[in-house]
Amino acid sequence: MNSTDLNAQAFLQIDVRTPLGDFDLAVDLELGKFGVTALFGASGSGKTSLLRALAGFGEAEGYVSCDGTVWLDTDHGINLPVQQRGIGFMFQDARLFEHLDVAANLQFAQRRARQEPQLVDYDAVVEAFELTSLLQRHTGQLSGGETQRVALARTLLTQPKLLLLDEPLAALDDARKSELLPYLERLVREFSLPVIYVSHDLEEVARLTSEMIVLEAGAVIAQGKTADLFARLDLPEVSGRLEASALVGALVVEQDTNWQLTQLAVGGQKLAVPLRTGLSVGDRVALRIRARDVAVATTRPVGLSIRNVLAGSVVALETDQDSPFAEVVIELDRDTANDPEGIFIRSRITRAAAAELELAVGRSVFALIKSVTFD
Amino acid sequence: MNSLGPVWLTIALATATTLILLIIGTPLAWWLASTRSRLRPVIEALTALPLVLPPTVLGFYMLVLLGPASTLGSFWVTLTGEALTFSFSGLVVASVIYSLPFMVQPLQSAFEQVGRAPIEAAQSLRANRWDTLTAVVMPLSAGGFLTAIVLTFAHTVGEFGVVLMVGGNIPGETRVVSIAIYEYVETLRYGDAHRLSIGLLLFSFVVLLLVYRNNRRMAVRVA
Repeated sequence: MNSTDLNAQAFLQIDVRTPLGDFDLAVDLELGKFGVTALFGASGSGKTSLLRALAGFGEAEGYVSCDGTVWLDTDHGINLPVQQRGIGFMFQDARLFEHLDVAANLQFAQRRARQEPQLVDYDAVVEAFELTSLLQRHTGQLSGGETQRVALARTLLTQPKLLLLDEPLAALDDARKSELLPYLERLVREFSLPVIYVSHDLEEVARLTSEMIVLEAGAVIAQGKTADLFARLDLPEVSGRLEASALVGALVVEQDTNWQLTQLAVGGQKLAVPLRTGLSVGDRVALRIRARDVAVATTRPVGLSIRNVLAGSVVALETDQDSPFAEVVIELDRDTANDPEGIFIRSRITRAAAAELELAVGRSVFALIKSVTFD
Repeated sequence: MNSLGPVWLTIALATATTLILLIIGTPLAWWLASTRSRLRPVIEALTALPLVLPPTVLGFYMLVLLGPASTLGSFWVTLTGEALTFSFSGLVVASVIYSLPFMVQPLQSAFEQVGRAPIEAAQSLRANRWDTLTAVVMPLSAGGFLTAIVLTFAHTVGEFGVVLMVGGNIPGETRVVSIAIYEYVETLRYGDAHRLSIGLLLFSFVVLLLVYRNNRRMAVRVA
């Protein structure tokens, strides 16, 4: 391999096999120096096993290299121990050291990372995760959310080259989850590290990740941009059923305090949503539009209370004789100069309606959007 | 002072034995707790042997092994000028072997109780094997260490057969409390025997009380 090849080499190269109960985990992947990649799949699909294989826990065979360093090469007898891989691993169950208080837990990581480039500053981490008031606490005196925050901070202080997060929110109830999500978003924003984020929760995936890998029975069944995978009908696990939704980027064009509306542009088309404070004109936001909140018309409707009508055309249609519903994927018309990449939304309508409207791939339609959520 | 001699000698023997066993027993227990080697049951059985063997068997082999005619014994003689048998040093060697399970077993079960989770956490925070043992596993096993130290000390104080076989009854050298009691009884000095016996009884009770109070959760694995 010459030097130009080396430059083109992927940040993370994975080709691992490890037995996994009823089946084998067998994954062959390459990842760029990305932001946050979701490792998504049902429980038992091998997500955690893959993450552990990357970290060096357990007995995986094959080849793993990260940033030019070979971590695992079974053919050449290389298997770098966990502590030498420079990863930050956050366990589902946090695993704070019970015999140390919060500050000592953080210092445990900091002290052992002294030789590494100091990309993450202790004070910055304590501030970002709002830990100042917790520092002297014993780990047993922390709430579930606080425990995960400390664990996250500790993982960062190990100055990792790659952050591996194993369902960091799974142990929390919904209230704690929404309490911790902003911290995770801040982590992604402020400490720009490559992250692999294991989750089986679509909302987390939508909010936190830009790339996505879907695992099923130990094998990768899809890899790509999170938004693209959300629009695919052939990934029932990702698209979900009732919760199926699309991820759409939008630009804030006006904060209308008169009507209490935020005016957005999606591919050049207008979309008005209830006023969202804290945004300013020019901001880019991510929207999640659920399939069941999107109706379809073949002509631009008039005299309707739904004001968000986006023009587009059907690019995929899926019906099932056993289901009353049809799944429709619509590519929105867009100003290609500003939005070179396709914007897709999904709609769930009844099969009867799809037949009556004579929906088919290629047909121009109007998507009527009842509500959106900000991610 | 004559009657206190055996007491000081016993304390010196138990202290030396406990310290040496801490140094030998900790890595051995750590290995037993974390290895997947097929040798593990063999080493476990060897470690537990002193629990079931009559002290006379152990004492007999120690005598053969440590005697000036043996390799180890003659090496010791050239090294120090004195024999290992019927000496304080010999007693320490014999006690270390005799009390080994009392150090290793509580430590091993304490290490096992710590489990994989904190060890993996430490590894993910760049701690190597030794670092993981000293900074995470050992502090988390503090209760096990207390149990192991106390039981080893107490068991060494209470040994008799091995001491008699290997050390004999030399005042100031090998005449520990249990031997002194034996001799007092032989010579019908029941008063003296009683004083030492009641002391040993109370000491042992207090020690066990401490152990059980400190380790309500931890099963004390003594045969």
